[in-house]
Amino acid sequence: MIRAASAILRKDLTIELRTKESVPAMTLFSVTVYVLFHFGLDRDTLDGELASGVLWVTLLLATVIGVSRLFAAEREQGGIDALLLAPVDRTALFVAKAVALFLYLVLLEVVAVPVFGLLLLGPDLFAAFPELLAILVLADIGLAAVGALVAALAVETRARELIVPLLLLPLVVPLLIGAASASEPLLREGAEPEDLGRFLVLLGGYDLVFGLIALAVFDFLLDD
Amino acid sequence: MSDITVGPALDLNGLERRYGERVALSGVTIRLEPGRTLAVFGANGAGKTTLLRVLAGLLRPHAGTVRVLGCDLPGETWKVRGRIGYLGHDPLLYRELTGRENLTYQSRLYDLEPERVEEALAAVGLERRANEPVRDLSKGMVQRLAAARATLHDPALLLLDEPRANLDPAAAERLEPLIGRDSGRARVLVTHDVDGGLAEADLAVGLRGGRQAFAIAAAELDGSRARELYA
Repeated sequence: MIRAASAILRKDLTIELRTKESVPAMTLFSVTVYVLFHFGLDRDTLDGELASGVLWVTLLLATVIGVSRLFAAEREQGGIDALLLAPVDRTALFVAKAVALFLYLVLLEVVAVPVFGLLLLGPDLFAAFPELLAILVLADIGLAAVGALVAALAVETRARELIVPLLLLPLVVPLLIGAASASEPLLREGAEPEDLGRFLVLLGGYDLVFGLIALAVFDFLLDD
Repeated sequence: MSDITVGPALDLNGLERRYGERVALSGVTIRLEPGRTLAVFGANGAGKTTLLRVLAGLLRPHAGTVRVLGCDLPGETWKVRGRIGYLGHDPLLYRELTGRENLTYQSRLYDLEPERVEEALAAVGLERRANEPVRDLSKGMVQRLAAARATLHDPALLLLDEPRANLDPAAAERLEPLIGRDSGRARVLVTHDVDGGLAEADLAVGLRGGRQAFAIAAAELDGSRARELYA
């Protein structure tokens, strides 16, 4: 399973490096939204709840782009049939796609979070670290698991551009609540983590539950 | 060749497949021995590609029994994965990857030795173009590479849908040891070339509107009967 998953992952990353279709689009989208908020809110800076909400909703919407493109190469070039013909456990496909999406999200956040700090955040962004990093990593794991599942569900449908956001966004509401609530005290002036442990447990629990659900049902999604 | 089949390569009895309410295949009954070739004739929409996809385990049969390489489908599809080579209209290659990268990727999925990739590239005469992205290759070269992909893992059963499309005579000749009659593999060959198909087949099946019009030894079939399917 690990051999097949690493082969699929390596192939996906090579194609992304060459086509630059997902990560640059996700990043550009996020930066654009932060710029729009910068002008649209008519405020020089944000902090606390508002900052946390803007940060996370933008990242989630950027995730929709990544999820929509996650199976693009398979869909457009018939690779899904080649995968289904191979003696490969479909769990390998799920793991590879989830890891690829996780890496895309990390790359997105490497650019988008500092841009958010620069354009919108009043308090010093770096004061929120390393706690914010832990929140980002846990949220990314959950997004990657649910995103890979939704992407597989949508891959053979004609209205996939509609299905991905309609399925993904409701499924990640608990994750949004956890991540935004955990981040909010960190994005205030004089940042201090409040109830961080509770929210990290919530995010970890979400990752575990949705990861297991995704593993259990992924096999059936690709069935005829 | 990875053929450990005991009994027929294909044994279909009353196969039926629908898309919603539309019947795409009905009453298809075929028995093909290992190493033999089945030619499938029929006009566009007759169900030829659906038949290949059912045999590949990509579509579930809705009625009848389907036994491929000794395994019942769909229940034992996982057992035949890796023993079938599929060469259809779509080359199943990633355009942004080179030919070598595509075959290396396939070899990892099938857990093959890396040398198999070089052997396959040499077999289809693409060693010198192997480091070019697939999108830069001609249609004929892509078809040759697709044949290398389909046979990389030395399958016992080949499912071929117009496999010589886009190939010049020399390229078609070069692929004969891989996908031709002398490959020694059981083959299901979908073609509109009635004379060519009959020449290399042991068994011929005609499909009309998803129903089996005939299933007969190729040597006994009058070509005009097959051509009537296209009228």
